[in-house]
Amino acid sequence: MTEIKQNEVTKYIVISSDIVLPADAAMKIYESEYPVTVKETCFGLIVTGPEKDVLAVVEKIRQLDKNHIFIKDRGFPAGDERRCRATRGGGPRPGFHFLREEVGMLPAIGAALDELDAKEPVNEKHGEKRRLKVSDLEKIIEAELSR
Amino acid sequence: MAKVFIYPVNSLILADLVERFGHKPLTMMNQVREKVTNISLDSPPINITPEDPKIGLRYAAVEVPPGVRGRMTLIGPLIEETEAAIIVENPPTNFGCVGCNRTNELMKYLVRSKEVPILEVRYPESTEDARDFVNKIAAFLKSLPTENTGEDEKVEEKETIAEEGEK
Repeated sequence: MTEIKQNEVTKYIVISSDIVLPADAAMKIYESEYPVTVKETCFGLIVTGPEKDVLAVVEKIRQLDKNHIFIKDRGFPAGDERRCRATRGGGPRPGFHFLREEVGMLPAIGAALDELDAKEPVNEKHGEKRRLKVSDLEKIIEAELSR
Repeated sequence: MAKVFIYPVNSLILADLVERFGHKPLTMMNQVREKVTNISLDSPPINITPEDPKIGLRYAAVEVPPGVRGRMTLIGPLIEETEAAIIVENPPTNFGCVGCNRTNELMKYLVRSKEVPILEVRYPESTEDARDFVNKIAAFLKSLPTENTGEDEKVEEKETIAEEGEK
């Protein structure tokens, strides 16, 4: 069985971007020299390592294309024999079908997040509600009356 | 930061959105990690300890199929921690570890009966749906407290009620 360390975490990095490929993200991690294990997959990467390092790496990768890179936890470490297809005689691993369904929806979710980001500054300007000062009200009334 | 229960419990999109907006998703994956990184456990299906069925019995009676109780062993403790929830109705895939409809019904019932803020949305099937889906989730997550926990809120609520009573 794969050696498992208690404080290690594993994350899926699912890439649905037009500008970042899984290989680019993997190279970025190798360059960063964090002590993590990286596995490239068809949909992105699996990263295993000490919690602090994995969280730092994952945040770095997310910033490559913030709204089109999605991350979730994974229970089993990368290459775990209980999930690895090499030792299970091939076929998709458990959980693959669910992920594949969700990956199909990611471009639309990414576009929606882009729109949300674009809308945000406008919303903030209009969203600020504050009490109208009496002096401001007077000015408005005077301006209206002087028309 | 609120602890947000998500359904489906292993959803990539929901887990990512909850984390993206600064909250903590309560997911099945973390529970599974605790199980599989425990040295005393070997491999499925021999992956339970004698304590696990007892935990499952807290949420489902002994007459309930063991699969439901087994799943509730992992999901039940998450529901206890829940401070808010996002439930997606009609997800396209309900198989694998979330494939038991009875467990799903029980889980949703338990979350709804907790009286925490809940957002119920439908799984998106088009780009417009996806926009609505993300907007609703973003608005819901932004409305949740970012620093206080649910317990603090309850204390505050009690204090305000007490103050009103005094008046």
